[in-house]
Amino acid sequence: MTDVLGQIGYYLTEFTFVRYAMVVGILIALCSSLLGVTLVLKRLSFIGDGLSHVAFGATAIAAAINLSGNMLIVLPITVLSAVLLLRSKQGAVIKGDAALAMISVSSLAIGYLIMNVFSKSSSFSSNLSADVCTTLFGSTSILTLSESDVIVCAAMSVAVIAVFLFSYHRIFSLTFDEDFAAATGGRVKAYNLLLAAVIAVVIVVAMNLVGALLISALVIFPALSAMRVFRSFKSVTICSVAVSAICTTVGILASIVVGTPVGSTIVAVYIVGFGMLSAAGSILRRS
Amino acid sequence: MKRIGVPLVACRDLTLGYEGRTVVEGLSFTVGEGDRLIVFGENGSGKSTLMKAMLRLTAPLSGTVEYGGGLSNKDIGYLPQQTSAQKDFPASVREVVRSGLLGRRGLRPYYDKAERRAADDAMDRFGIRALSARCYRELSGGQQQRVLLARAMCAGRRAVFLDEPTAGLDPQATAEFYALVKGVGDGGVTVVMVSHDMAAVGNATHILHIGGKSALYDGPVDGYAESGVGFPTAGLGVGTG
Repeated sequence: MTDVLGQIGYYLTEFTFVRYAMVVGILIALCSSLLGVTLVLKRLSFIGDGLSHVAFGATAIAAAINLSGNMLIVLPITVLSAVLLLRSKQGAVIKGDAALAMISVSSLAIGYLIMNVFSKSSSFSSNLSADVCTTLFGSTSILTLSESDVIVCAAMSVAVIAVFLFSYHRIFSLTFDEDFAAATGGRVKAYNLLLAAVIAVVIVVAMNLVGALLISALVIFPALSAMRVFRSFKSVTICSVAVSAICTTVGILASIVVGTPVGSTIVAVYIVGFGMLSAAGSILRRS
Repeated sequence: MKRIGVPLVACRDLTLGYEGRTVVEGLSFTVGEGDRLIVFGENGSGKSTLMKAMLRLTAPLSGTVEYGGGLSNKDIGYLPQQTSAQKDFPASVREVVRSGLLGRRGLRPYYDKAERRAADDAMDRFGIRALSARCYRELSGGQQQRVLLARAMCAGRRAVFLDEPTAGLDPQATAEFYALVKGVGDGGVTVVMVSHDMAAVGNATHILHIGGKSALYDGPVDGYAESGVGFPTAGLGVGTG
């Protein structure tokens, strides 16, 4: 045990970059858990999954056209898709879940196709399958995050958290009863648009940490875990923030010590956390 | 309905539909300030669609809904039918009631003291103050409707719209709910209620009964019984509540 702690201490004190990565990881986990509560309650859990596939496709395009700052293309495409998906409820040609499934598999397929076709271009390393794997499952080590990634991630996470805190009560109202909010003079359309944009930002940012396929876990696990125990919106929100912060910290540290991929380690810790809160919830309800 | 003064809500030549089906055609009526209007109709007759059109939540296929007397959505309270998402939503009674205040405030992010007091007063008025920390979804049907009525009253100083508020309630909870609605109306707030429960008549000053895509009866409550438009069981229900 002291050995492990010693090793963690060594990494944290010797490599400033590990510290930055920890901070960014936790910020990303915080903003995805904040929005997770709303997404789960609005029955939109799969939006995160679908959007992450869109972001994967956009990443492939960005790489193919040799764009150095790929955020410039990934973010607008993902935001646009989020807006379209959240609006598709009313009068869409193809209904909700089918539209989502269609968009997400298409993006995945096209993304992989583009990566293959353009793999000779310089922006891809010679090892295509490693590139794909990293985009889908996240960096194999947190140490491979680039410095510009860290700065951009931190800035966007802080922005998301600020937006959430500023519109907390309106997000509650919109989530609990959208018709009521609209009928009584709330600017529902504007807030839905804001929500869609923020969700897209979270997905794009989180992709750096855990990869496209595992983002949903970051979004839904904290909220679902918190809902096992707590009964009000405020307590669920606070608890899911705590769950995500603790699980992400444990996951990142474990991945450094054991040398496992960051994304899947974090998600494994989330699963354990969900199990523990479920158990706590059923014990509380019985007593 | 002929009224003196400017009507609060004026619907002209409304044609409404949902899922590609027309349910109401060429309907015109008005709601005056202080009226208690009950909209009757069988299931599927377009009552809820009409209410959503009156609230400007959905656009009519044709025709207009106009607000008069300076009314805006910010003066309106609404008690919608419950959605499936609300059945497992973690929300305390206090959180739900306070959310009624949001529509008419600016961008200020958190509630101030006066607003918190207004929400507390509404909870006192409808007898749910003791439940304020409880989880909304764990309450009985009657208690849930009181919470939603308190929220509606936080939002609507001038008019409240109630959509089938007593659906699924037992007779006692229904009677208690109607008594609360009567109190709201007596306080000068305009009430528009959609219902298929004839017992609601006791609360009304005006009735609009829709069926067969048009208004079967539109006028003061006094003439409704003689009109013979009511449901077969109408005689039993009139006067209760």
